[in-house]
Amino acid sequence: MDFSLTAEHEMVQKMVRDFAQREVAPTIKVWDRKQDMAPHILPRMGKLGILGVCFPVRYGGQGMDFVSLGLVCEELEAVDTTLRVVMSVHTGLAGLTILQWGTNEQKKRFLEPLARGDLIGCGAFTEPGAGSDISAIQATGKRDGDQYILNGEKMWISLATKADIAIVTVRTIPDAAKPSRSLSTFVVDLHSPGVTTGDIHGKLGVRAGSTGWISLQDVRVPVENRIGEQGEGFKVTMSALDSGRYTVAAGATGLIRASLKASVDYANERRAFGEPIAKHQLIQAKIARMAQDYEIARLLYLKAGWLKNQGVRNTRETSMAKRFATAASFTAASEAIQVHGAYGYSDEYDVERFMRNARGALIYEGSNEIQILIQADYALGHRRDKPLRCEMPVYDPIDWQEA
Amino acid sequence: MNIVVCVKQTPDTAATVSVEDGVVSWGDSPLVLNPWDEYAVEEALRIREAHSGQVTALSLGPEAAMEALKLALAMGCEQAILINDPALEDADPLVVSKVLAAAIKKIGEVDLVLFGRGSVDNDTGITGPQVARRLNWPVLSLVADITSLDPEGRTIAVERMIDEGRQLVRGSLPAVVSVVKGINEPRYPSFMGIRKASRAEMPIWSTADIGLDEVPTPAMTWPEIFAPLKVETECEMIEGETPEEVAARLADRLIEEKVI
Repeated sequence: MDFSLTAEHEMVQKMVRDFAQREVAPTIKVWDRKQDMAPHILPRMGKLGILGVCFPVRYGGQGMDFVSLGLVCEELEAVDTTLRVVMSVHTGLAGLTILQWGTNEQKKRFLEPLARGDLIGCGAFTEPGAGSDISAIQATGKRDGDQYILNGEKMWISLATKADIAIVTVRTIPDAAKPSRSLSTFVVDLHSPGVTTGDIHGKLGVRAGSTGWISLQDVRVPVENRIGEQGEGFKVTMSALDSGRYTVAAGATGLIRASLKASVDYANERRAFGEPIAKHQLIQAKIARMAQDYEIARLLYLKAGWLKNQGVRNTRETSMAKRFATAASFTAASEAIQVHGAYGYSDEYDVERFMRNARGALIYEGSNEIQILIQADYALGHRRDKPLRCEMPVYDPIDWQEA
Repeated sequence: MNIVVCVKQTPDTAATVSVEDGVVSWGDSPLVLNPWDEYAVEEALRIREAHSGQVTALSLGPEAAMEALKLALAMGCEQAILINDPALEDADPLVVSKVLAAAIKKIGEVDLVLFGRGSVDNDTGITGPQVARRLNWPVLSLVADITSLDPEGRTIAVERMIDEGRQLVRGSLPAVVSVVKGINEPRYPSFMGIRKASRAEMPIWSTADIGLDEVPTPAMTWPEIFAPLKVETECEMIEGETPEEVAARLADRLIEEKVI
């Protein structure tokens, strides 16, 4: 068993780390205080190929694997969660869903521009009244000839006001035998008549990002924009979350690392009782916990990425990685504040931003409570995954890197 | 144009460097492409983009230095060559410059050789000029801007950054140029470049391969390496009612301490 990263992976890691450190880190506090997203982030991530890192070259991507996607997310969130959220919703929820479930024509129309960053995408599933209980969503889609007419409200949607297209799940079969079979998923052009969007401010964290709402009023969507068959919306949405959730796990791992580094640096500088606080055992205990949690989180997400490369269903492993890493990142950030003492309570240092950012990930992309239920179902044998009609393609470096 | 850029693998400047038993250590910090050399690689690539041609990254070092060369490939160099030989383990700049000059001659028909202004570990900054001397080429060092380059006319003009300000210098090709920070903004390696670099076959040349039958004995050695002594400082505030009084008391203290 080889636990080492390839030279390719290490170079990907370094490249993204350098980008985030040089071009985002210097001003991130300013944007976080403004509760606004720096306008250069999306274009730069597009131009550098980061947005399309794990899509095949023939679909406009960079042909890297799922492990690379994880490494990219770890590096981005080590600077700020905003950057990783972009990957989660644009690359994960939107791009990877189209890669998995889209027709060739849909991949050409949507995935290619998403991969190049010419279009920005997001995922719109959550509603004001429905989050974990996706089957209870109220948004509807009614077939009208060769179009669907969509109505409803989606809320807590990252990049709502920045995206060009959204992957939207609505109810299209009101009288389906099971609520989970009543849903269908569409690519919605957010510039269509009837679509309005707005930003949500006042969030505890990810303030340098963009979170908002999308309102759909008689929005006409061609049937060619439906992802999957009518009634497959629940499965498409769950697949989308398998992709998005993986990026959250990898990103939270980066947040643990950032909290650890901040704590080690501070503990080596700050003196109390005649010595650096790094020599105090209770501080050491906090740092040791962060170091261990980082290694565990990293192993979990890298394994999930490896399974994705093999084309093996990884809902269970991705769920474990997400739940562990996000919980550990919140603990790590909170303890990092404690290590910093009063300075940790000020935005002069990064650690309070880390904690505010970390908290959201325990809620979104499938709350950690939902992750526990998923894992219990697997452990108790209550859940066996049947093959999906459309599986995520296996990673093949030759095929994916062919123009 | 046929361009060679000489690069070195060095410790990361963010590493904590320590000395134990005369051996320098940077702990677990990774080795990186010498930061000054990134500017040299970028400048080489820009010249190639403007004038067509190819860029070869060249390094003298242990096998691990291939990682630095891979970064140069990933940034866009067409090829990379490592010179590695046990006889070169303790090479000083004179030996390094002899080896690099021989390698540049072996590559052949080179128009321009680029260096970073120095390496962050040894920081002698003289390897580039020494290579130029051995090749009998002009050296244009501390270059902040290449203002003109005429491959057919065989001329080059640069702005050098010197203490007094900027110096305009004209020279002829082939030439050796060393560049300073600020000449450009080094590009990130592209993902395609990263893929290409990870698969690249990199020739490793020995001293025999570059026609050196004998490696000269280094003129410069490092018989003893130690960390700078830690100096404990105490701050004594000189008090007084007036500046004149403070100055008088300071003078007395300095005489007492035999400083003056």
